[in-house]
Amino acid sequence: MLWAVATVTFFAVRLIPGDPAEAILGGPGSQTSPEALAAVRAEYGLDQPLLVQYLQQVGRLATGDLGRSYALNMDVGPLVISQLGGTLLLAVLSLTLAWVIALVLATWSTGRGRLAARIGSGLEIVSAALPHFWLATSLIVVFSVWWGVLPPISTADARGLVLPVVTLAIPLAGFLGQVMRESLNTALESPFVLSARARGETDRGVLWRHALRHAALPAIGLSGWAFGSLISGAVVVETIFARPGLGRTLLNAVTVRDVPVVVGVVMVVALAYILMTIVTDLASSLADPRPTEHANGAFS
Amino acid sequence: MSELEIQASATGHGAGRPQTAPRGRFGRLRVSVVELLAVLVTLLLLTAAIAPRLLAPGDPLAIDPLAAFGAPSWAHWFGTDESGRDIYTRVVDGARDSLLIGLTATLIGLGLGAVLGTIAGTLGAAVDFTVNRFLEVLFAFPGLLLALLFILIFGPGPGSAIVAVGLSTAPGYARIIRAQLLRVRSSGFVEAATVQGLGRTRILARHILPNTLAPLLVLGTLGVGQAIVWAAALSYLGLGAQPPAAEWGAMLSAGRTYITSAWWMSFFPGLFIVLTAVCATALGRAIERRMRHA
Repeated sequence: MLWAVATVTFFAVRLIPGDPAEAILGGPGSQTSPEALAAVRAEYGLDQPLLVQYLQQVGRLATGDLGRSYALNMDVGPLVISQLGGTLLLAVLSLTLAWVIALVLATWSTGRGRLAARIGSGLEIVSAALPHFWLATSLIVVFSVWWGVLPPISTADARGLVLPVVTLAIPLAGFLGQVMRESLNTALESPFVLSARARGETDRGVLWRHALRHAALPAIGLSGWAFGSLISGAVVVETIFARPGLGRTLLNAVTVRDVPVVVGVVMVVALAYILMTIVTDLASSLADPRPTEHANGAFS
Repeated sequence: MSELEIQASATGHGAGRPQTAPRGRFGRLRVSVVELLAVLVTLLLLTAAIAPRLLAPGDPLAIDPLAAFGAPSWAHWFGTDESGRDIYTRVVDGARDSLLIGLTATLIGLGLGAVLGTIAGTLGAAVDFTVNRFLEVLFAFPGLLLALLFILIFGPGPGSAIVAVGLSTAPGYARIIRAQLLRVRSSGFVEAATVQGLGRTRILARHILPNTLAPLLVLGTLGVGQAIVWAAALSYLGLGAQPPAAEWGAMLSAGRTYITSAWWMSFFPGLFIVLTAVCATALGRAIERRMRHA
């Protein structure tokens, strides 16, 4: 899978018009001597045939070497690793907060009549449609400019994390909430809920002990996707809050066409995405043990 | 999974849960307040896109340095920007660009997705396998990342932002269309047509494709909102339309510098992006509901 991602990015990047060696020496506008170009081509291996370059790149990636940045004059590997932590922290906190909001909203608005359901689903649709860039700007205006309670740029302490995390969490909570409400309603109509009620279980007990486990399943399945969308949201959020991280590194690299950095970040994100999908699968089998029990032939 | 697939699944695609829709007299579906509002706002946005001078008679580029950074007032409903340009006029004027960008990107994505999905769904298992693996690889670049990769190739600019958004939504469409195609192919009426001895091409053209393509209308409507948001995000990051243009994302981006002193410069363009996205979602769901109960 990673190999496929590497192949796609390698050939995609070759489609870029212009000479990479010129880009390294400061873009098409700069005055470059043929000797300097040749030296750069040799240094970055750009004088080799395409197939050799491809094999070299795949070989380097296999050993964890992501190459060298055109613009920053440093290796991509250490650069990406130094930026990874901040983005991961942001993504994990936002995912947790989004889950909490979605759970509260979905459980509050089910079984309380049509008005509550309407309010719940309306809130979800609107928050899912909120673009990160506008939400972030609005939050900055309210909390930093008007009330002055939170810093408009992300500082190192916990206070600086609040606005970026909330910005990422709200639209995601909308998506998770929509899916959760749908499956919660389905679960509450199924026979096992009726039988639980017949055993004398309270409304609250049915909801928390029986229905919620079913309702959470599709949303857990979505968390892999959610993680990916958080990383893509981090591009915007990190830029707005001037927060160091993978997203901002990626945007800067795209702007100055620093190809190795873009490829490096994309590879790391793809890796994180694949890992997250595996984690999601594990979490679903924890929440829903049916397939494994079935495979063991032990029904309990 | 793409955002689109989630929205589609949340509207009940594939969930198959029978719902009782409220019906008025004559057994027709009742129009809900939300649907009515969505249609009204869409009509307003379309008017703004086709005939902006009807809603805002002023000139979106006329500068008035004395009135710079004016807060929202009766003369300037949404305030003025750093050169004293009226933001209300510019927002109305921006509707054309933003809607056009959203529609074009959706058409590109939908078209490519339809081609890929149809190829995967009709040309046999080997092709299906290959296309599926290819799509899976593209899904490893979540959300905007794929668009950013395309921007890296094409270079920044309004045109390449449209193409980048279109191309990066194509895998999601392709997957939904393929799934729909397979579902239709295994349904009873196709079996009946096969038993009647109709040819392969005829079954495909007459029975399978029409039933596969109908849901595209819903997907497309839902997708326009998403495409507008993504294109605006690219403009906001400085990779799409550039600030002097009255495109919503570019206006937001220009307002970013003055966020502490003139919040209205970024608030109102953003509000209309959200409004358009919510409208597209509501409309898509309304169409979906009608098709399901038709």
